[in-house]
Amino acid sequence: MEHQLVPEHRLVSEEEAERILKALRITRDQLPKIRRSDPVIQLLERIEGPIDEGRIIRVTRVSSTAGVSEAYRLVIGR
Amino acid sequence: MMSMRGVTKRIHAIKFALLSPDEMRRMSATKIITADTYDDDGFPIDMGLMDSHLGVIEPGLRCKTCGGKVDDCPGHFGHIDLAMPVIHVGYVKETKKLLQATCRRCGRLLLTRQQAMEYMQEMETVEELGGDITDVGLVTKETAKEATKRQRCPHCGEEQGKVTLDKPTTFREDGHKLTPREVRERLERIPNDDLKVLGINPEVARPEWMVLAVLLVPPVTVRPSITLESGDRSEDDLTHKLVDVLRINQRLRENRDAGAPQLIVEDLWELLQYHITTYFDNQTSGIPPARHRSGRPLKTLVQRLKGKEGRFRSNLSGKRVNFSARTVISPDPVLSINEVGVPVEAARELTVPVHVQTYNLEIVRQWVKRGPAPWGSLGEYMPGVNYVIRPDGRRIRVTDKNAEVVAEAVELGYTVERQLVDGDIVLFNRQPSLHRMSMMAHEVRVMPHKTFRFNLAVCPPYNADFDGDEMNLHVLQSEEARAEARVLMRVQEHILSPRFGGPVIGGIHDHITGAFLLTHKESRFTQEEVAYILSKIDVKELPPPDVKKGGEEFWSGKALFSMILPKDLNMTFKSSIAPKGDIGLKELREEDSLVVVKDGRIAAGTIDENAVGAFKGKILDKVARDYGADDAREFIDKATKLAIGAIMVRGFTTGIDDEDIPEEAKKQIADVLKSAVEKVEGLVEAYKRGELEQMPGRSLEETLEVEAMKVLGRARDQAGQIAGKHLGIENSAVIMARSGARGSMLNLSQMAGCIGQQAVRGERLSRGYWNRTLPHFVKGDLGAEAKGFVKSSYKSGLHPTEYFFHAMGGREGLVDTAVRTSRSGYMQRRLINALEDLKVKEDGTVRNTANTIIQFRFGEDGIDPSRSVQGHAVDIDDILQEVLGEEPSWKERLREQEVASYGLTEKDMYVELTEEEAEVEEEEPPSEE
Repeated sequence: MEHQLVPEHRLVSEEEAERILKALRITRDQLPKIRRSDPVIQLLERIEGPIDEGRIIRVTRVSSTAGVSEAYRLVIGR
Repeated sequence: MMSMRGVTKRIHAIKFALLSPDEMRRMSATKIITADTYDDDGFPIDMGLMDSHLGVIEPGLRCKTCGGKVDDCPGHFGHIDLAMPVIHVGYVKETKKLLQATCRRCGRLLLTRQQAMEYMQEMETVEELGGDITDVGLVTKETAKEATKRQRCPHCGEEQGKVTLDKPTTFREDGHKLTPREVRERLERIPNDDLKVLGINPEVARPEWMVLAVLLVPPVTVRPSITLESGDRSEDDLTHKLVDVLRINQRLRENRDAGAPQLIVEDLWELLQYHITTYFDNQTSGIPPARHRSGRPLKTLVQRLKGKEGRFRSNLSGKRVNFSARTVISPDPVLSINEVGVPVEAARELTVPVHVQTYNLEIVRQWVKRGPAPWGSLGEYMPGVNYVIRPDGRRIRVTDKNAEVVAEAVELGYTVERQLVDGDIVLFNRQPSLHRMSMMAHEVRVMPHKTFRFNLAVCPPYNADFDGDEMNLHVLQSEEARAEARVLMRVQEHILSPRFGGPVIGGIHDHITGAFLLTHKESRFTQEEVAYILSKIDVKELPPPDVKKGGEEFWSGKALFSMILPKDLNMTFKSSIAPKGDIGLKELREEDSLVVVKDGRIAAGTIDENAVGAFKGKILDKVARDYGADDAREFIDKATKLAIGAIMVRGFTTGIDDEDIPEEAKKQIADVLKSAVEKVEGLVEAYKRGELEQMPGRSLEETLEVEAMKVLGRARDQAGQIAGKHLGIENSAVIMARSGARGSMLNLSQMAGCIGQQAVRGERLSRGYWNRTLPHFVKGDLGAEAKGFVKSSYKSGLHPTEYFFHAMGGREGLVDTAVRTSRSGYMQRRLINALEDLKVKEDGTVRNTANTIIQFRFGEDGIDPSRSVQGHAVDIDDILQEVLGEEPSWKERLREQEVASYGLTEKDMYVELTEEEAEVEEEEPPSEE
């Protein structure tokens, strides 16, 4: 994915997702959401195959304060 | 009132539902049938709008429903049975949606069973994944939209008409009017199961309840009537509106029952609809607002709630409070930045509750005994007690007469409201409260006179001046609040701002001028002067003199200022007086504008805005950061006092003659301006002949404008430079401008030299008359003077045309600020409303009240901006210097800063991430705790 403004999105494996949730001590529904209809997810689906609702996406972005920062998104419908 | 304390309940859920007609009748205390309110004797008429079953508003009477007196009875609803059903304006949107999405004949949802199931499932998944009501609402909205599209009912095969809404309350189907009764009948036909698909819970909200058959009448306590001095009764707006409803309802019923023509009944029906619509919302678009006899629009239900003056914004989000005071502010340089001067009159009204315990019983009794306005033997202020609160919650007002008796009665468990004393902690605030420094905690100093007073160094965070500004003061009422305020809100804790990671509190105006006079170059002070200056900062012994000359001893200002610096302070920076641009070390030294502090001693340099000024003070910044709030407070207190001492010893004044320049300088300036004007004329000539060389991307006209602006701008700068050459650093106005105390060199050059080109929207003036700015010029004149160049200076005075041009340019500034403040204010309001419930949790994440994550780490780096250095997490140079103990040379330091500020580039980071090692790094769960 090469784009100046859209940061890197990666699908997180189920095992890793569990680990992330555990580390953050949260349940899935406490994550920020991203729609399946989001262009980034559509693109990811072309690479990874269909992405179900409830999967987690890792966003690695360039941050002006922290250099690089990681965020997670929960895939939801529509 | 006191018994309410300790009753804490947690709201588990809130359910919104519709009131059914049955429910309304059940909750109603009485049916209302007559529009009259009171009989001739002034008693409420039964079944009238002020029926005594609806509650009591007159003291002494009892409620006929609950038997309570004025404050006990909350009021009770009544109801009006409507002769014909009426649409509820608040629900037209939903009503329309339902009419469009359901079949006109069978009432079923216009979707196949299959489709309905799918939408139902989608709704469930959204809920499961933590979607809130808005998310669910989006699903139902889409469901309704899909259903509306269908032309034919999949259940009964009925062809569907097109339902439109004629605002505000008339529904039409294919152009034919639907009466509210028809609407109601249709809504009744919608089966419960179909409603669930549309996100409506039929158990609590049957859609036909959205069409009113019964109207609830609010209790009289909601719409109290007031008795005027003349003895006349004046009714509330709501009562007026209900009278209208009742009258028309009555007439409608009579006409309908008498079998009046359809036309008349329909007219009355519509009138009833109008009154009920305006009863809910008197600003419904599409209908004229109902008016009072005087022509004032009535304030009905929606108007009570909406907007800035509505219940929410003015009574629930914001309230008037007790234990607060407001008065004019004035400066007091002797107070510490942590203090606030409170007038005696205010201190006597503002109280702190003190709980009586064994350890304070005696002293509390003494306070009470003194009465409400005691004075000491020397005429000094002493705190008294205004109220004594008994354990049962009864308040006893303390007066001079009963003071002794009440004092005896005070026992353990009592609470007394003690007047303010020195050292009490209070909150001090100036509107607009734009940032957290707009409300800080101060320590009280009770003082004579009638204004609140505080240290001038605290003006910048409040953005206060003393041209009539008023400020508010709030007295904290609990130990917890006072402790919290002292730790978190005290002025000294806010010296460093979270906005830019530097000091917001610091020297202004005279402090900076004073510091300059004290420390610039080889300033010397005699013993007498030094004694005076140091007396301000409580130094009892003179330090050894720095210079001895002809038997006299002198002290250098730099040494005096060094006395208040921490003993191990080391830093190097440029003064504010340093000439702008890239200049050599030598020049900096010559101007004494390279501050070098070694082991807490000023080795060289002038202390000015860049050292101790608010926003810019480097020493301030470092002291606050490295030595803590207590030391920073002490430093600011002393530095400002010292500076004021210095300015008072020397004396300081400025006047218009500070801008006097010699004749030959004036001539030089005139020459520069004249040649500039001629140059512009030359440009205009070239333009007219078509010889002007066009700039890329600009038209010929634009090129001319740009060139002319350039020439004239340069001319003004040159004029300023010439003037500046004759205004030395010993000139008071120049001292203020260069040290950063007040004014700028531009201001001075405009006073002494030339005001320069006036502009509107960044262009030379061009509007006014046809092809010219003023009738004094020839049409089409593109020269300097004709388009707003002001050759005069403020001191010499402006020509009439120049004056007019200046007013044009000046007006833009005024309009700009007016527009900007209102716009940014609204933007900020929206931003605050959006972010108000976000909070940084213990694990560093930012979450909202639903506990969902908004940001995985505050600011992505988890740095508290008020502890950052100008926005950066660490100041590498500073640490290097401290650890290595050596001073990088000035030039080197500058270069290092430049390199550091570039930081990581995006490219660096992507390289890091694409490697495999990045994967490993990522997989390690972020360590918490």
